[in-house]
Amino acid sequence: MCPKKRGTLLLLKKNYFMSQNAITIESLEENLKVLARQRAIYSVLFIGAIIFIVVSGVGVANQYNAGSFTRGVENFFDYPADLFSDAFEAGWGWFGIVLSFIPALFETFSAAVFSTVVGASIALILCPLATINLSPNQVTVQIVRRTFDILRSFPELVFALILLYLMGKSIVPAIIAVTLHTIGAMGKLFSEAIENIDMKPVDGLKSVGARWYQIICFAVYPQVLPLVLSYSLLRLEINVRASTILGFVGAGGIGAYLTASLQWRYGDEVLAIMFLLVATITALDYFSSYVRHKLIGKISA
Amino acid sequence: MCSESEIMHLQVSKLKKEFGSTVAIDSVSFESTKNEFIGIIGRSGAGKSTLLRVLNRLTTETEGKVFAGSINILELKGSEKRQWQSQCAMIFQQFNLVPRLDVITNVILGRLFYQSTLRSTLRFFTKEERSDALDLMNRFGVAPTALQRAETLSGGQQQRVAICRAMMQNPKIILADEPIASLDPLNARLVMEALQSINSNEKIKVICNLHTLDTARTYCDRIIGMRSGEIVFDGKPSELSDAKAREIYGVETDEEFEASITSTSLNKSDIGIAS
Repeated sequence: MCPKKRGTLLLLKKNYFMSQNAITIESLEENLKVLARQRAIYSVLFIGAIIFIVVSGVGVANQYNAGSFTRGVENFFDYPADLFSDAFEAGWGWFGIVLSFIPALFETFSAAVFSTVVGASIALILCPLATINLSPNQVTVQIVRRTFDILRSFPELVFALILLYLMGKSIVPAIIAVTLHTIGAMGKLFSEAIENIDMKPVDGLKSVGARWYQIICFAVYPQVLPLVLSYSLLRLEINVRASTILGFVGAGGIGAYLTASLQWRYGDEVLAIMFLLVATITALDYFSSYVRHKLIGKISA
Repeated sequence: MCSESEIMHLQVSKLKKEFGSTVAIDSVSFESTKNEFIGIIGRSGAGKSTLLRVLNRLTTETEGKVFAGSINILELKGSEKRQWQSQCAMIFQQFNLVPRLDVITNVILGRLFYQSTLRSTLRFFTKEERSDALDLMNRFGVAPTALQRAETLSGGQQQRVAICRAMMQNPKIILADEPIASLDPLNARLVMEALQSINSNEKIKVICNLHTLDTARTYCDRIIGMRSGEIVFDGKPSELSDAKAREIYGVETDEEFEASITSTSLNKSDIGIAS
């Protein structure tokens, strides 16, 4: 036992040293090939396993469901086809339909703008209280931070459903719901931005004898302003979508028209509304990236 | 204003500051009754900056008293504390301007103590404030940059803007925390000469941290040497012997000590407009 063991050990050692000495490009290539082959085998097995799981899953689902999965897939593609054929039937009139929804879009868009501006402003005013480096005391930090957390953790939909129940169907509950969520989300982002600022200007103004809010206005806000604008523009996009969705649950605006058209299966109208929404979001995206670049250019200049 | 021409009687007694277990300054006492340009010298970490920050109330002391006239300024709170800060201007090594605001606004910020929160946050500055700021900027040679952002200026210019801001406060005393440590020799000289002219013309007491001995000898009426948080020398520049300087800077006795090794060279010959 013992001598044999020593023998293998010695062999191992010998191999080890040999391979140590003799790493040539050929042996490296050979090793790589082996590795690549192994990897290919594992990938095939993995993909095979996934296909098996999906297929068997669909089978199980088909057994339990009333309709079959494959029929569902067919319907999935039928519906867009219906939309387009409806729109095609409408002919030039479709553009009139698009125009007719613009007032509703405007309602949703202004709700989003209002809640973004109000939400971001409130967040900007409150957020210095939530930063460790600037807040007057740690209790305030905790209170303001937890408030932001609570506002952020509920989806807009939850706020909106409660407020719709209390206030009746109109765009106002949607505005309040989106504003509250915006305060929570922006407050967190802004206060994190403020925690990373350069504290030298803050010291400079403290040494002058400035009041707390003067220090915030002159040494803190100028430093975070580009980031604040950038985040707010991003938030505006999110809020346009959010207030559209809230229209679904009765908060008015273009979302309300979209649900109605969907339920009545007016394909041309659905397509018109979707076109408007996509156009709005795309335009906003271009606008905000343009503004951001302007701002960044200003900073680097 | 007659209050400006009064010379502040400053008395620091047994001042101590601890950061956790390390003692930054330890029973520092000195008194200054006349208008003078005091240089505080010592190695990095000797407690020079902490001393000035405690005097301005940016840092809270552990124990001790500082009398300005008959008032212990370390006991002041709220608006009285801010009033003391407005009278006790501070100049920093890194200038501490607001980089994204223009130069003239940065200078006017020196008056924040006198402005209500509402007026200042709306940036409603009076014509008098603007003209005072411009006068100072003309005096220290930064007026042409008035509408530029502070961050676009060179270090020397920024420090002169910081001096303008300090002068906007109408201070009774100026504390300068290594004002020339991040400047080139020519700008360093401009800044030191600006401080000297303020000291001799406006009769404002200047306390200036320096880590170079020859600068202190060139510009100061009185030198305070600090080592490990304690004052080890206090006297006229002429009284500062090489042995004392060695003690302040902690150079071994067998090494030859030259003032120039602590220097960033402020001698006129060194600035050298090449002939």
